[in-house]
Amino acid sequence: MSEYVTLSYWDLAGASIFLIVNGLVSLKLQLGVERQLLWSALRMVVQLLFIGLVLKAVFAATSPAVTLILALIMIGFAGREVWARQDRKLAGIWGIGLGAGATMFGGTVVTVVSLSMLIGPTPWWSPQYALPLFGMVLGNTMTGVSLALDTLHSRLYRERVAVEAQLLLGRTRWEATGPFLRQALRSGFNPILNTMAVTGVVSIPGMMTGQILSGVDPQEAVKYQLLIMFLIGGATGIGVLGAVVVSAWRLTDTRHRLRLDRLQPKAA
Amino acid sequence: MLTLRQLETDLIGPITVSIEAGECVTVVGASGTGKSLLLRAIVDLDPNRGCVSLGSQDRSSVSADQWRRLVALVPAESGWWADRVGDHFEDETKAAVLLSALAMPDALDWEVSRLSTGERHRLAICRALHVQPKALLLDEPTAALDDAATERVEMLLTQQLSLGIPILMVTHDPRQAKRLGNRTLVMQDKTLVNSEETPA
Repeated sequence: MSEYVTLSYWDLAGASIFLIVNGLVSLKLQLGVERQLLWSALRMVVQLLFIGLVLKAVFAATSPAVTLILALIMIGFAGREVWARQDRKLAGIWGIGLGAGATMFGGTVVTVVSLSMLIGPTPWWSPQYALPLFGMVLGNTMTGVSLALDTLHSRLYRERVAVEAQLLLGRTRWEATGPFLRQALRSGFNPILNTMAVTGVVSIPGMMTGQILSGVDPQEAVKYQLLIMFLIGGATGIGVLGAVVVSAWRLTDTRHRLRLDRLQPKAA
Repeated sequence: MLTLRQLETDLIGPITVSIEAGECVTVVGASGTGKSLLLRAIVDLDPNRGCVSLGSQDRSSVSADQWRRLVALVPAESGWWADRVGDHFEDETKAAVLLSALAMPDALDWEVSRLSTGERHRLAICRALHVQPKALLLDEPTAALDDAATERVEMLLTQQLSLGIPILMVTHDPRQAKRLGNRTLVMQDKTLVNSEETPA
């Protein structure tokens, strides 16, 4: 295999030139995205440099407690992100709790099973394997859950008259909300389905690219990538299904009523 | 007989009233006094307290979906969830009979998106009646209809009354209240403040 080429900070600065050009074009054409572009890029640089340092320290410590704490912090940020991405959120603790819970459950089940039964590092919670794997699975699950919940809440709110018309004809809450649940599930699954459809044909995934660039045999990189895609698909399915069913249960009650009073008013 | 005993929500009530079999009671009152909320509370569409019964059957003894098949509500705004009108009816044969009575015999194959407000109202009434409820609640059923369509709807409601179905109807039309109603209830400040006999 070819040897691993290390990058200098000058290389990174060179790569950022294209982003700077985009910013200048936005400024010239008065598109108004240059400030957001600059802020997002700076935020990403700081986050990645910081996580690089954190991971280095955590890998060196090889402590289950430290690994767990970092995983919990990731879950907290994922929950906050799922909450923030919804136009209409469940009121109260349910708003952040359901998104975080569903993302955590899907991500944790799949990561723990894959670490303990498939990849099998020693120890099984080894931070070098557990944290990057958990991050990838959690990030994708988070996207699916936030899309699904946003779709469900928006659709139920917009179509409340149609839902109640069905309830008035003697349909149960699950019959009346069924089409909207299916729409929300499809919406949550779409990103991973689209990714799987074009992977290897249009796009070479980031993790596989990274492994190949660092000198790993492409066939080995493909195996890891397939494993990751299966895990992401599984975790997204568990998270999205759980979030949608629990949210629909919360937005209706045992007397087959639509309870949109349990949604937080939309922020102006 | 449809009976409400101390029925209340956070916004209306308590309300106690009975509607005899074959009796039409009209509810009048200014907008925002809670007339529609009263109808929603009876069919258990909003959280409420108190007792509602139909004949000897108490609402709490049946599931809400079964209750709404016994006591049908036609709200002021009708909801639609499929493209074709016929897909909103469980039994298209029964629906066709009702649609003919309202001079819309071929409406089952119409597209919902092309319906006028008046057509939606009439179809919503047919949809509620075709499950053969034992009591009927109507929220301004003829508000968007011309005189001929109003007359057809009133004939259909008169048929239901002759079958012994009790009807509770919200209306802003005092002439309609006189034509159909045996009694008129007045809602004011989200509670029932007065009840009076409608002159024959």
